[in-house]
Amino acid sequence: MTARDLTTSHPPSRRRAPLTRALKRGSGMASDGHICERRRAAERRLRVISGHLHQRAQDGHAAVSAQECKAEASRANPAKAAPVPKRRHDIMKWNGWGYSDSRFLFNKKGQAEFTGKRYRLSGLILPSLKDWFEGTFGANLQHKSPATPALNVSAVPPPNLNESFVEELKAAGVALSQEPEDRVFRSHGHCLHEIFALREGRISRVPDLVVWPSCHNDVVKIVELACKHNVCLIPYGGGTSVSSALECPPEETRSIVSLDTSQMNRILWIDEKNLTAHVEAGIIGQDLERQLNESGYCTGHEPDSMEFSSLGGWVATRASGMKKNIYGNIEDLVVHIKMVTPRGVIEKSCQGPRMSTGPDIHHFIMGSEGTLGVVTEVTMKIRPVPEYQKYGSIVFPNFQQGVACLREVAKQRCAPASIRLMDNEQFQFGHALKPQVSSIFTSFLDGLKKFYITKFKGFDPHHLCVATLLFEGDREKVLQHEKQVYDIAAKFGGLAAGEDNGQRGYMLTFVIAYLRDLGMDYYVIGESFETSVPWDRVLDLCRNVKERIVRECKERGVQFPPLSTCRVTQTYDAGACVYFYFAFNYRGLSDPIHVYENVEHAAREEILANGGSLSHHHGVGKLRKEWMKEAVSTVGLGMLKSVKEYVDPSNIFGNRNLL
Amino acid sequence: MEPLGKHMLRAELESFFDILEERRQSSDISHALRTFSAQPYHEATPPSVKALNRMVLESQFLRYVIAEVAAESGEPPECVKEEAAGILDKMAQNLQLSFIRLLGFSLSKIFKRLFRSIWVNEDGLARLQQAIQEHPVILMPNHRSYIDFLVLSYIMFTYDLSIPVIAAGIPLMGMSLIGEIFRRSGAFFIRRSIGSDKLYWAVLSEYVRTIVRTGFAPVEFYVEGLRSRTLKSLTPKLGLMQMVLEPFFKGEVYDVLLVPVSISYDRVLEETLLAHELLGVPKPKETTTGLLKARKVLEDDYGCMHVCFGKPVSARALAQGRVNRGQFNLVPRGLPLNASAELQEFVNGVAHLLVRLQEKNMVLSPWSLMTFTLLQSPQGVDWDQLTHKTLWLRTLALRFGAHLNWPAQLADSEVMSDSLALHHSIACREKGRVQLVEEVGPGPVTQEEAVFRKASAVLMCASYRNQALHVFTRPALVALAMTTAASPRKEDVFRRFCFLQELFANELIFIPGHAVQDFEEGCDGLQQCGALTITDQTLRVTEEEQDAIIFLTAILQPFIETYEVVCRILCEERFQTFSEKSFLSSVRDAVIKLLISGEVRSYECLSSNTQKNVLWALLRMGAVSKSRVAEQNEYRVSKAAVRRIWETLGGRVTPQVMSYSRL
Repeated sequence: MTARDLTTSHPPSRRRAPLTRALKRGSGMASDGHICERRRAAERRLRVISGHLHQRAQDGHAAVSAQECKAEASRANPAKAAPVPKRRHDIMKWNGWGYSDSRFLFNKKGQAEFTGKRYRLSGLILPSLKDWFEGTFGANLQHKSPATPALNVSAVPPPNLNESFVEELKAAGVALSQEPEDRVFRSHGHCLHEIFALREGRISRVPDLVVWPSCHNDVVKIVELACKHNVCLIPYGGGTSVSSALECPPEETRSIVSLDTSQMNRILWIDEKNLTAHVEAGIIGQDLERQLNESGYCTGHEPDSMEFSSLGGWVATRASGMKKNIYGNIEDLVVHIKMVTPRGVIEKSCQGPRMSTGPDIHHFIMGSEGTLGVVTEVTMKIRPVPEYQKYGSIVFPNFQQGVACLREVAKQRCAPASIRLMDNEQFQFGHALKPQVSSIFTSFLDGLKKFYITKFKGFDPHHLCVATLLFEGDREKVLQHEKQVYDIAAKFGGLAAGEDNGQRGYMLTFVIAYLRDLGMDYYVIGESFETSVPWDRVLDLCRNVKERIVRECKERGVQFPPLSTCRVTQTYDAGACVYFYFAFNYRGLSDPIHVYENVEHAAREEILANGGSLSHHHGVGKLRKEWMKEAVSTVGLGMLKSVKEYVDPSNIFGNRNLL
Repeated sequence: MEPLGKHMLRAELESFFDILEERRQSSDISHALRTFSAQPYHEATPPSVKALNRMVLESQFLRYVIAEVAAESGEPPECVKEEAAGILDKMAQNLQLSFIRLLGFSLSKIFKRLFRSIWVNEDGLARLQQAIQEHPVILMPNHRSYIDFLVLSYIMFTYDLSIPVIAAGIPLMGMSLIGEIFRRSGAFFIRRSIGSDKLYWAVLSEYVRTIVRTGFAPVEFYVEGLRSRTLKSLTPKLGLMQMVLEPFFKGEVYDVLLVPVSISYDRVLEETLLAHELLGVPKPKETTTGLLKARKVLEDDYGCMHVCFGKPVSARALAQGRVNRGQFNLVPRGLPLNASAELQEFVNGVAHLLVRLQEKNMVLSPWSLMTFTLLQSPQGVDWDQLTHKTLWLRTLALRFGAHLNWPAQLADSEVMSDSLALHHSIACREKGRVQLVEEVGPGPVTQEEAVFRKASAVLMCASYRNQALHVFTRPALVALAMTTAASPRKEDVFRRFCFLQELFANELIFIPGHAVQDFEEGCDGLQQCGALTITDQTLRVTEEEQDAIIFLTAILQPFIETYEVVCRILCEERFQTFSEKSFLSSVRDAVIKLLISGEVRSYECLSSNTQKNVLWALLRMGAVSKSRVAEQNEYRVSKAAVRRIWETLGGRVTPQVMSYSRL
């Protein structure tokens, strides 16, 4: 029996009925001669997308519109993709993750469901989530810890405005606001302590003013005025930071202005000869991808936060995308950057693909975390939308075997667009998110699979782990590639476990942040963090960090063992990126956030002691600043400081990240 | 190890159970053949011997070293690899449960003959069982007798705990048949002097690390390096200590748990051999026939034995804040680890701590306490006085936190008579007087032979005193420091204390960098027994308890005398350069002369062990230097420096202000 047998119950192809609405929407930038070809490409792309957004069961009414991107399927408003509004709190939660209409809850019957219509899981019942939740955390649906329902406007400190700055800004015609809702929304990222405080209605230092430049020149104007009147600027893109990067420094006495880039969201041009696109940096991931798709292209950059995070944010934090194996990380994708600094605008004079002109100035910009200026425009590589996409998954008897397989895949340099390895706890977590099965046949098949893997193959359900795969490209090549990867897996005892498991694995990524809000309704707090580490230390690091978390929790009086789980999310030639989830039930603790922070601190110490990096893609912000010197050496830190000193001597970009 | 160390060194009472009790009541065969189901670490199944050895030979580390050795020696790598495989074959254990069963059966028989009882603290075993499942465990027993390692494996087998893999000396392997039985009972064999044999070190260290990493069995080794001939704890050796800790340093395991095991004997099987070895009579080579001849020891009564499994010490907890594990991030895991000075210091501290924990958990016999008085009265002592002093000492020992095995249900005099009877070969009571027994030999004896016979009796007796020495070390050292300090001011006494500690660092176990705690502990002890008051940073002896100070000072007197006499001999003309061997024989001859002439009083000065310790101490303190000439260590004396140390010791010179830790 071969590894492939498990998958044969599913049709291998994702080809679907043509989507007529998509065809009607041509690309504004396309020339007439290419329009048919491009339409075909767009059609292909949409089929692919609809494939991983919708379940087979919904095939009958799967009319997917051109507005859909990977993560968000806004069937509610198919006609027009709305850009991010200035009043973000109109559609998004002010004290939690994502869209206001989408959230997890336990209904009256005690079953978990996901509200809204945006996601594949939306409107579905998740029958096993409750048991998993209660069993894993020792939580109880009777014990609720609800959030403050609405923002108490009077709790927001009055703005400390620099009047002449405001006057001149108004004269220049820049949109601005000093409404408490707008200011509070831009005072935080999505670290646990930030969200926890909001849920409790605690508001600390918030920006005094929000401004919305609409183009590069607006930004130049704002920065000039900020320098002139000595106000502090904090660039704000998608607001998905998890490094305390958006927190206003409490010691800042100047007026703090949040510079929201969301209105700079146009694709300025697409260059089909060189396959590049010039884009304003405020555009968020899903809009960029969707608009490029309409022209038959994509960037292929898909960080887990792509529904909300912005291009400028990616550049400023050195972001990494799920499909970097094909498309590369942000530093590989960027061809040209324009940034406005207090010293003026920094950019290169040409778009040559590689230069030997001293240290690459892009590398001062990428990862600068808003300390040097505002990224306004970026030229990025684009690729034609791939013809074919296929998910897959492999079950391994244990995590060690799985890591060995990923290492071999990396060695042979045949990694699919994405390959991730979840540990056993995360595999079980994923299972808890299985929606209600409508057909007896599917559940019967599930039973058979489980029987085959655990009984026939002798995998221990408490040790087995799963790799999820995503292949992309020509149909022929994908199938060939798939075979190669499954053949390697077989050498490490891996069994192909179907497309469904793979798809669910990726879905987990998008809903995890929503799930945290659910946990917080029931005394469960949690967070994720990441690192990168050489191959030979992957197993040791994963084991030691998970163990450290469990022990630290115990020592600090956490009553129930925490969820401490990891996955290997990226493979490189010389190492891998590892992602940890950590959550626990905080009933009985007087200061849960303090406990949480201590444990996370200990976990980071453990990562560093085991040869892991300070961060693979989340960045440093203010959360991990204390380790910067150790991470890059005193001289290294001095180099960065001297750049900051030259570029921004008055610390106009005063978010105090990184250094 | 600051706060942790202090807390851990507190003695706690444990309850002991006699494992021989059950053996006397049920069948040994069924004990040996019962189902054995140990719970290993992380459900690790033991790899086959072949697989384990292959893992070692094919490790990145060994491949690297083999290539290096090949390049250095010019030999082809295949040959070096074969050599490594040869070393490994000679070294490797071959643990087989059937042999454990065989051993279990025979040991049941032997132990029942030798010992009245073997007491084990079951709490310790419960903790051990827990520890084995959580992390790789290192068993670190003290080493007083050949049977130490048999007894541990026997207990582990009896209590369904994973049978340990044991580092043993090559001489044991040389015994035909027995060596093989040991190997199959889990022993692996290490050459005594490895020196600079790079390949050997590499094979050994990778072998040990692999066992710790896989964690299928606890690793057992003697941190003291060898059997203590004086029954006193030895300065720990660091080679194996570092090897077992390395997997933790490199993050290959989450933690390593170190379990101190204290084995205390009422009477040691090898007691006569010990004294002879100390006097320079070579020990018999370990052979199987020798062992068979030693059967006569089986006829004798050796009293009780106590085995105390201490609390597991977490290497991680000890390293917290002291070791930067990130220092290994830039070197591939498989490559040799160049231990930084900081790391070596840490390993040294851990090793010392473990020896101190072994000492703390020793169970002292009444006899050990009696020997203190016996040794302080070379002409013999009245039974009544012996009783009186021993009971006083018992109170003192308990105050200092010692564990005693003093049966409460018997009258004190009965307990002591019993102890004396057990040690009939060392001391006897005649007409109400207790005296040391001298060996009877043929006919007329020379003066030297008489000295030897006397010394042999004294050293035998002294070894039992040594078993309890650690209890009194710190208070005695404070007492001694007070009698010779420049002034009774605390800082002067402390300076004196530090000097003595440094001088005796090879003699007595002090955790490096713990001088302040040691001093405080000593002062606390003296204050508790009312012998000392401290007012205005000044130490004063109380009149009523002056005897205590005198007694405690006298405990250390034999050592002081040996150090002084060796210094004196070294200051003589003829000593310029010498080897260790010639040092020992010249010192011995000189000491014998001084003993005959009456200038030296303590026969303990003849202990070659103490003499060697003096040499190490002088070497450490820079008064003697060592160089390697023609494959041999050559020592060179700086007479002025030796004289200064000698005079400081005698209290004629105050110790130089050195970088002692501050109070």
